Amino acid sequence: MIIHVGYFSLVLTFLIALYGVGAATYGAIRRKTQFVESARHAMLLTWPLVTLSVLAIVWLLVSGDFQVHYVYSTTSNDMPVYLKITALWGGQAGSLVFWSWLMAAFASAVSLRKWDHNRELLPWVVVVIMVNLAFFLSLAIFFENPFARLWKTLDGEQITAMFQPRGTIPLVPVDGRGLNPLLRHLGMIVHPPMQYLGFVSFVIPYALAMGALITGRTDDHWLRVGRRWTIVAWLFLSAGLLLGSWWAYDVLGWGGYWGWDPVEVSALIPWLSATAFIHSVMIHEKRGMLKQWNMVLVILTYSLVIFGTFLSRSGVLMSVHAFAESAIGPMLLIFIGISFVGSFILLIWRWEKLKSKNQLNSMLSREALLLLNNLLLIGILVVCAWGILFPLISELITSQKVTVGPPFYERAVAPLGIGLLILMAVAPLSTYGHTWWKPLVKALLKPFGASLLVPLILTLRGITNLGALLGFWVVAFVALVTLNEFWRGAMVRRRRHGEIIPLALWRLMRRNRQRYGGYVIHLCTVMMVVGIIGIEIFQTETQATLVWGEQLTLGRYVMIYESMDQFDSPDGRFVIRAVVSVYRDGKYVGELYPRQDYYYAPEMAVSIPGVRSTLEDDLSVMLVGWEPTPTGGATFKVFLNPLVNFIWLGGLLFILGTLAAAWPDRKS
Amino acid sequence: MYKITLPLSLLVILLLSSLLTPVSAVAQDNEPTDDEVNAIAKQLYCPVCENIPLDTCQMQACRQWRDTIREKLTAGWSEEQIKQYFVEQYGVRVLATPPAKGINLLVYILPPVALLVGIVILLRAFRKWRQATVQAEQVQPAKPEDPYIARLEEELRRRER
Amino acid sequence: MRYDELGANDREGVIAQDVPAEAGPLSLQRLWGIFIACILLLGLLGLLGFSLIRAHQGSMGIGDEVPDFILTTFSGEQIAIGDLEGQVVVINFWASWCMPCEHEAPIFEQAYQMYKDRGVVFLGVNYADTEREARAYLKKYGITYPNGPDLGTRISQAFRTSGVPETFIIGPDNRLADVRIGPYTALMEIVEAVENVLRH
Repeated sequence: MIIHVGYFSLVLTFLIALYGVGAATYGAIRRKTQFVESARHAMLLTWPLVTLSVLAIVWLLVSGDFQVHYVYSTTSNDMPVYLKITALWGGQAGSLVFWSWLMAAFASAVSLRKWDHNRELLPWVVVVIMVNLAFFLSLAIFFENPFARLWKTLDGEQITAMFQPRGTIPLVPVDGRGLNPLLRHLGMIVHPPMQYLGFVSFVIPYALAMGALITGRTDDHWLRVGRRWTIVAWLFLSAGLLLGSWWAYDVLGWGGYWGWDPVEVSALIPWLSATAFIHSVMIHEKRGMLKQWNMVLVILTYSLVIFGTFLSRSGVLMSVHAFAESAIGPMLLIFIGISFVGSFILLIWRWEKLKSKNQLNSMLSREALLLLNNLLLIGILVVCAWGILFPLISELITSQKVTVGPPFYERAVAPLGIGLLILMAVAPLSTYGHTWWKPLVKALLKPFGASLLVPLILTLRGITNLGALLGFWVVAFVALVTLNEFWRGAMVRRRRHGEIIPLALWRLMRRNRQRYGGYVIHLCTVMMVVGIIGIEIFQTETQATLVWGEQLTLGRYVMIYESMDQFDSPDGRFVIRAVVSVYRDGKYVGELYPRQDYYYAPEMAVSIPGVRSTLEDDLSVMLVGWEPTPTGGATFKVFLNPLVNFIWLGGLLFILGTLAAAWPDRKS
Repeated sequence: MYKITLPLSLLVILLLSSLLTPVSAVAQDNEPTDDEVNAIAKQLYCPVCENIPLDTCQMQACRQWRDTIREKLTAGWSEEQIKQYFVEQYGVRVLATPPAKGINLLVYILPPVALLVGIVILLRAFRKWRQATVQAEQVQPAKPEDPYIARLEEELRRRER
Repeated sequence: MRYDELGANDREGVIAQDVPAEAGPLSLQRLWGIFIACILLLGLLGLLGFSLIRAHQGSMGIGDEVPDFILTTFSGEQIAIGDLEGQVVVINFWASWCMPCEHEAPIFEQAYQMYKDRGVVFLGVNYADTEREARAYLKKYGITYPNGPDLGTRISQAFRTSGVPETFIIGPDNRLADVRIGPYTALMEIVEAVENVLRH
């Protein structure tokens, strides 16, 4: 019963989406507003319907109905309830419905807004969003059905189908296969939903851009509506990437947070073009320039989202993130083809209409610097895209597989990143329009000089790594310039309004969310860069096999292997746990419990590190191997990651800062 | 006679004894530490599972490969030789980046070229827009710029917020 | 742009109005730009399409011609597939770290013993393994037919294997006659497969 409700909700939503496309197109062409209104109502309906389907899947997962193939393959009896719920996005079929659910949520939200000022755009926005929604629903309905069940024929053959095939009886396994143990982590609760939210929400600015192109209303209405949605989407995507890195760092125990895995990189690429857009749209707002480029960026971002979806779901890329190969690959490719080609044709058609009066007064004006920012961001985008695509090209031409790994990305991206950071320091002091280099240089001189103190002090304290000195210098430079901006603004307010400094700062930010919100985000970014420098340049590791009582040393830490115990955990795993005590500069600072979890279903072992975290550094101890004999040794791998928590702290503040910057003003 | 033979024989004894003691300090026990093995394993990728570095992979096969690295290190092989051995055995994909030969050169050439192309496009756009501005200015001359006025206007602007 | 205009624009929500576009013919530069963009777009789609086909191709198909390769055995022999034309060749991919391969190993040795006087060649290709473990494996199961490492994983890539164990039987015409993904579970299965190929 529940299965049928769930499945038919999907089908119904699919049909309603198709109706919406038809009604909106007819209404737009024939100028019949009641059809467009009807289409808008249809779009509003999509979310409640898909919610029914999602609730059905969650019910099946939690109640453990193993006849349903999806429930069988992603859950098992011994999983806790919260993990069973996360299985909704743990497998290909469920994650497609989850994706559609989030897209429908945005579709319904956008249908609720006041469209009075943008009547012309509405029908096409409906069309574009509904086409995308219908497509992803069709993948779930026809190809990867989460409601398909297991049947057994009389010959003992196993069939998976939605409706009972003739001559079969239901096959109900006693237990499920269980979720991949690597996914049984807090990160599984937050990272995929946030990542999907980030991806899916870009369909709104894309639809608005398409609407503008189709109707020829290439003035700024689409941008005005779309800007806030873009920042929200960017916020979610940033959060998704940060949570993913944090999860990887926390659980995987390879001492890193970003592996330049192809699927990771494919999730970064739309973020890069979205960040470029957020900066270039400022030029648009202030000077009306670059309409063509902004249109390109918005279309590019969503196109890269579905491009990334294709890569991770089609089986073309092998990675820990990739879903198992399935039949939806060709469908996704066709969809990518149609939407890329379609967007491209529309863009070419309206290219001239998008021409704006582009004027540039100076190479050092803020417009020029923002364009340079775009150049660098797109440069990083090209590097990342090349790194993912080259192995595919090489394999097709030479039939040899190659790996394009972290050294490539790091070497190519680092200089561009440093360039971006320098821009972060220079740009706030620039102005739109006429800029003379003398005042700019004069304004930069003090913070530049002050920032040079930082590498100087570091050198005196013994740090000689050039990359680190350069990095910390740039961080100091950006921080000084940005903080100075706050100071100046607060000073002016104090002089004018007599406000005390905290109130002045608050009012400054309230009245100028965009500018000062941006500065806050920049400060958080450099905080993260501090953490990145710490872990990338100064990370140390060591591995040794110890018996009880033996110790190893890493930097100022000494770790003593005290004991080991083993026990069965109620949620289906057998745990081998080591107890180690940690000393820092000779003083006892605590115990850590690195362990290995052996899962029964599926048979897999996961290593969970014991970590001591402070702002100064992280000591991460992993149990890599162990001997079952009492005198046998255990092998530990220990990482010392200086400053790494600045990444997570900076990331959290980054998200909060973006939220504050994007928060709608009471008046607008 | 003794004046010559004594120093001569001393010299001979000295030379002979120098042959007995090792001249260079060659370590007898070459057992590499886990860290040395990991330092090389870090740079290699598991041939079977994609995109997982060899020092992280916990598969039995990966443990065996790390043991192979240990063996080769004990035998005195250099890092380059070990990496070359892995490439011969398992193909070029075990390296973190492809060797800069043949078609793989493209990997390293494209990013700088793309950046140059971007810079060229940007410069040309700048130049075109700057000309447009100059033309517009010829029609309508800009206001005289006085740093005092500029600062005043900026503070007024701030006040308006 | 004058400074007072700048001040007004600094407030949020006011966006510059549309500037009427200047009419102009489709310049050569524009055409070049469109042309290059088309090439890149089509190139990308083509690349993805071909990669998708390749990913879904599966292993070498029955009837395909087997490419020539040389297997250097653990005992130092060099065996070229091309030289074996006219004979039925059974190629088994295995690895010492692969459990199902270990179940399969004794059956294979028995099959080899059955067919070695009938001119059927058995070859073992050791995939992504270490020499020491491989030799130990061969010794443990008493394998006597030639085995060699898949250097550079070239052979397995030519056959497009997706894992181990996999067995490929090549007919006398140097074309693939039978494919088995996964282990054989009984001697009878290998016999059946080989007989099938011998018969045609």
